[in-house]
Amino acid sequence: MSFEILKTNKEYDVVIVGSGAGGGMSAKILADAGLAVAVMEAGGDFDPAKEEYRTQLRWPWESPRRGAGSTRPFGDFDAAWGGWDIDGEPYTRKNGTEFDWFRSRMLGGRTNHWGRISLRFGPKDFKRKDHDGMGANWPIGYEDVKPYYDKVDKLIGVFGTNEGLENDPDGYFLPPPKPRLHELYIKKGGEKAGVPVIPMRKSVLTRPINTERGVCFYCNQCNRACSAYADFSSSTALMKPAMQQGTVDLYTNAMVREVTTDSKGLATGISYVSKEDMQEYKIKAKVVVLGASACESARIMLNSKSSAHPDGLGNGSGMIGRYLHDSTGASRAAIMPDLIDRERYNEDGVGGAHVYSPWWLDGEKLDFTRGYHLEFGGGMGMPNYGFGFGMDSMRHYIKDEMGNPSVNGGYGKGLKKDIRKIYGSTIGVAGRGESVPQYDNYCEIDPDTVDQYGIPVLRFNYNWTEHEVNQAKHMQETFEEVLTGMGGILLGNKPGEEDNYGLAAPGRIIHEVGTTRMGDDPSTSVLNKHSQAHECKNLFVVDGGQFVSQADKNPTWTILALSWRASDYIVDQLKKQNLR
Amino acid sequence: MDRREHLRLLVSGSFGAGFFLNEPAEISKEDIETSKKIIRENGGGYGRTDAEIKRDERLHAASFFTEHELKTVAVLSDIIIPADDVSGSATDAGVPEFMEFIMKDMPYLQTPTRGGIMWLDNESKKRFGKVFINTSSKQQLELVDDIAYPDDAKPEMEYGVNFFNRMRNLTATGFFTTEMGIKDMGYKGNQANIWDGVPENVLKKHGISYDKKTLEECVRNSERGIVAKWDDDMNLIRE
Repeated sequence: MSFEILKTNKEYDVVIVGSGAGGGMSAKILADAGLAVAVMEAGGDFDPAKEEYRTQLRWPWESPRRGAGSTRPFGDFDAAWGGWDIDGEPYTRKNGTEFDWFRSRMLGGRTNHWGRISLRFGPKDFKRKDHDGMGANWPIGYEDVKPYYDKVDKLIGVFGTNEGLENDPDGYFLPPPKPRLHELYIKKGGEKAGVPVIPMRKSVLTRPINTERGVCFYCNQCNRACSAYADFSSSTALMKPAMQQGTVDLYTNAMVREVTTDSKGLATGISYVSKEDMQEYKIKAKVVVLGASACESARIMLNSKSSAHPDGLGNGSGMIGRYLHDSTGASRAAIMPDLIDRERYNEDGVGGAHVYSPWWLDGEKLDFTRGYHLEFGGGMGMPNYGFGFGMDSMRHYIKDEMGNPSVNGGYGKGLKKDIRKIYGSTIGVAGRGESVPQYDNYCEIDPDTVDQYGIPVLRFNYNWTEHEVNQAKHMQETFEEVLTGMGGILLGNKPGEEDNYGLAAPGRIIHEVGTTRMGDDPSTSVLNKHSQAHECKNLFVVDGGQFVSQADKNPTWTILALSWRASDYIVDQLKKQNLR
Repeated sequence: MDRREHLRLLVSGSFGAGFFLNEPAEISKEDIETSKKIIRENGGGYGRTDAEIKRDERLHAASFFTEHELKTVAVLSDIIIPADDVSGSATDAGVPEFMEFIMKDMPYLQTPTRGGIMWLDNESKKRFGKVFINTSSKQQLELVDDIAYPDDAKPEMEYGVNFFNRMRNLTATGFFTTEMGIKDMGYKGNQANIWDGVPENVLKKHGISYDKKTLEECVRNSERGIVAKWDDDMNLIRE
């Protein structure tokens, strides 16, 4: 990190906060346009091709806890640093409500963790109010974003198939990998349940898209970050080429406190705390781009108070932090008698499932308004911490040569044999659904709490509505139909009303968006349709904060498209000198 | 110990828990410091952050089980996973050492495990007048039989059943996540390869097949090295 830059009083064209999907894409586009860019990253540098960071192709015994999630919630080998709890960086909740906030402090942010599921929003997803009267429409439509989805497909690479589905648009897809054995059973189960099962859409390179990044070698470990750069993470696919342009300065371990403004209320740059020396520094720039994540960007804006912006920067409407919403999530598992005692072969494939189910009941009369898609798990994966658990309740599904079932629990050679037999015979199915954004679900600044850098922290208030609960109930019905349809025996009990039908707490699906939403009306939205703050024309937000509604699609592909679109607009407006 | 030797140990995974705790005489303090430095410079051997490396070091330096407890864990784990004609036993695979680490890593396991071992010894003393590990194998199994089968166990055995379930879980995981255990399980992955679908004989055995659409749309080996191009209608140009 170079503080000399500060001493020379350098003014950047743009300072970007965050190096994940939103910030990384913006850095790439602005650097390609020849602009001088500073990127502020709250965590450390990261490159999965470097041995010191590598978790890919490691064996469970290389970790003394065999990959358990003691310090990383998705296990030792998950690439993402951080999680729902980070030492010294608390957040709080109010009114007894739940919200869990996942943060990843490192170059590339949470793109180092995600499942690479890359789904475009469809035309209906931008106009949900037109269809169900709830929430709000986006100020833009699919036709505005489509050219950018097209460009993202080609720049980053995504496999999938053109199915001609109305609300799950076609794309520039690479060929998908063939389904695994259990996924062929899932297709059968889907057919019986009337649920379509089609090839997954993931940003994993089954074929090269350029000469810089490698091709997938099928180790199933995208979540560990790919040393061949064959999957998408912002650090490898965006920040690396952006840095190569020579006009980008990356500041790591730089925890941004606020956006600084002048007497007219325009942004002049940012101030940050260096985690290395705990000192405060300033960066000057003509334009500020926030891509720190929906909640972190909202936090920075709310903490940026001045006489021109007494309630936080761009918060005259009081909308910052409002309409916070995450995807819904629920799941169920089954054991497949047909897959017990199966033949061994390498079926690692790409990271996660090769098939999925897009929402199939759009327009049907249901007691909830918005849809969900299905994700699947299973197969002969690498044993890690937790492998072999549960024989006290699952062993009776195993039968001996005479067809006699084993007794639950036990020990000895027979137990050892049965653990071998059960390997690769369980299947999981999960739903990921769209929730209805609520004014009363929000994050705000907690007046009583600061983090270890002295920056006031977020406080959350969040309640699911009947729409999400009823949707989870419907998911549970679907899970049972699909799992039993493929010949599976359901495991565990069906979650009921008392458990919200297994609906995950908000924040657990890590798709939270909406805190700085777009809109044409400055009194009900924070950003205009160019991702530009209504009340501060040289401030842009390029992360999930700008979402008016989070479809049942995973948000990353839309963050990338919107960030590219906003960055094109910034280049154009800088040229026209409209941002001063 | 030189750097290469150290890295070999790291890579082979024989660098296990307890290294810092039990410093063999032939390894000097200086070597230990060098080792720590190498681990730190190499991300702790498995891609650790600085905070995680420090945490690992702290856990390795501490100890939890008493000698008696560790012996009990060893006996129990070998009852749960004994050697057979495929692979060795739990202790052959280092399960007690794994358990020692996991107790420190997941402190919520400490009291139930320590308490469970005491329960086992008490029960054993009541029945046979000796602590568990000092009884005969026959007596050990007689006691274990009362807590190993949750569906049939007597209500007064419930605590023992829960303890044994946990020991079964940790032993199975501790065994099958070692090199020996993974070889036993027959997991074939974690290496560069080409996924070209389910082997033909397996498909046949399951009476299942790929449909024509799937075979046509999925990736082919022959195009793996060719940079993708599309026509104006978003169709991938196939070779």
